[in-house]
Amino acid sequence: MTLDVTIETRLKETASQIRRHIIRMTHAAKSGHPGGSLSAVEILTALYFHVMSLEPGNPDWPERDRFVLSKGHAAPALYATLAERGFFPTDDLQTLRQLGSRLQGHPAMKLVPGVEMSTGSLGQGLSTACGMALAGRLDRAQWRVYALLGDGECQEGQIWEAAMAAAHYKLNNLIVYLDYNRLQIDGYISSVLNPEPFPGKWKAFGWDVHTVDGHSLPEIIAATEAAQSTATGPSMIICHTVKGKGVPFMENEAGWHGKAPSDEQAEQALTQLA
Amino acid sequence: MTMTIATRDAYGETLIELGRELKDLVVLDADLSQSTKTAGFARLFPERFFNMGIAEANMMGTAAGLAAAGKIPFASTFAVFATGRAYDQVRNSIAYPGLNVKICATHAGITVGEDGASHQALEDLALMRALPGMTVLVPADAPETSQIIKTVAEQKGPVYIRLGRSKVPVINGEDYRFQLGHYETLRWGTDVTVFACGLMVAVALEAAELLAGKDIGVRVVNVSTIKPLNQDQIVQAAAQTGAVVTCEEHSVIGGVGS
Repeated sequence: MTLDVTIETRLKETASQIRRHIIRMTHAAKSGHPGGSLSAVEILTALYFHVMSLEPGNPDWPERDRFVLSKGHAAPALYATLAERGFFPTDDLQTLRQLGSRLQGHPAMKLVPGVEMSTGSLGQGLSTACGMALAGRLDRAQWRVYALLGDGECQEGQIWEAAMAAAHYKLNNLIVYLDYNRLQIDGYISSVLNPEPFPGKWKAFGWDVHTVDGHSLPEIIAATEAAQSTATGPSMIICHTVKGKGVPFMENEAGWHGKAPSDEQAEQALTQLA
Repeated sequence: MTMTIATRDAYGETLIELGRELKDLVVLDADLSQSTKTAGFARLFPERFFNMGIAEANMMGTAAGLAAAGKIPFASTFAVFATGRAYDQVRNSIAYPGLNVKICATHAGITVGEDGASHQALEDLALMRALPGMTVLVPADAPETSQIIKTVAEQKGPVYIRLGRSKVPVINGEDYRFQLGHYETLRWGTDVTVFACGLMVAVALEAAELLAGKDIGVRVVNVSTIKPLNQDQIVQAAAQTGAVVTCEEHSVIGGVGS
């Protein structure tokens, strides 16, 4: 299935807007995680603006699709996406990481409308997504559970405990995206502690595996639709991405994992994203 | 002859009773369902029982997700694994978001016995007490276990319940009604108060009986609600008797003694 060109154009503009928010937020906060936020933008845009059923004015709507950001440090990307989608005012984004702000460095479900799970300690989000999917199945609900994992996060043992459980319980209402940007704080994932190859590992654990360009909205959406219609168990959509995507001086640089842009760098980045 | 029942047995029976009433109640276990006594629930309600295998971290996270989606999960394993092995999951996925997960840990304390020190949780209360928002309960016998399980099933929020392996004397009658944060005074005395929890309540009563023969009047208070602590009741009993002894199957660091 091909994505309508006008829809794709609109989604691309939304993705650019989310990227600009990420730069402004981390610049204002003087800390945060721009690199792994920028790499996940198309995945979040596809989910929140095309795939998921949501009612931003009613974040507790029982029939809504659920999303768990297992790589919680990409909170700027999630907050920007939620604000753009209408869960809370975009003006709030400038309070990221400030004392008293609900927009903590890692997402807190009790504080932020639209955040479905508190995450930040890596490796835990997939398990909670499995729990939601089990609950949805018990209720014979139509809603699905989506989750986003980091590639470095797959070094956590709990990810593979959850991978085993999701396949064992045949959770075909669970679709997970891997933000495969190849970098973690200390460098390339393959040199820090190699969790690759991902397709073979997830297949061996019993998952349906798709591989896409993680910055191609049509590819992400097509793989999601395939997972929705054919999966007999959980689906893993491996998204090849670029850390820092969209800001040339941040791209493929591990140093931009957890560092905020200076005034000049923010200005330069916003020009490049214009 | 006093009847003896293990609190884990009372837990398993109460789960079955509640399973019939509460359709949203689900149970998770980590390959110990025969020992934790969740196996009875599993046989009767297989759709609502999830054996998560020897993977406690994932079990706690899965329980958190079930709770976030409106279920009432009871997660069971041995106390040493529930609180130690999965501490970060309990902290970040359950206690921090305040999710409605009931952690019912069995085989606490040294009465795990022959399994040895690797399995003897003597710090589980300390770990769970330190978590903001976590209610911590230790039933003294079977009737209190049953009451506590029914009470927490109806209340929202994370709870840690400490259960034992060994059979313990039944102290409370069938008409006993548990109240969160209220301590039963099981024996009155004016010389010293013994604050006890879990299986040590029966031991404290036995000691009080022996000391009565030496003209020492011992008051025995069952501190089954470890958190939130009822400080007023404790201070009052201490003031009235002038001396206090704590009695628990746990390190004094972080336990009733602290």
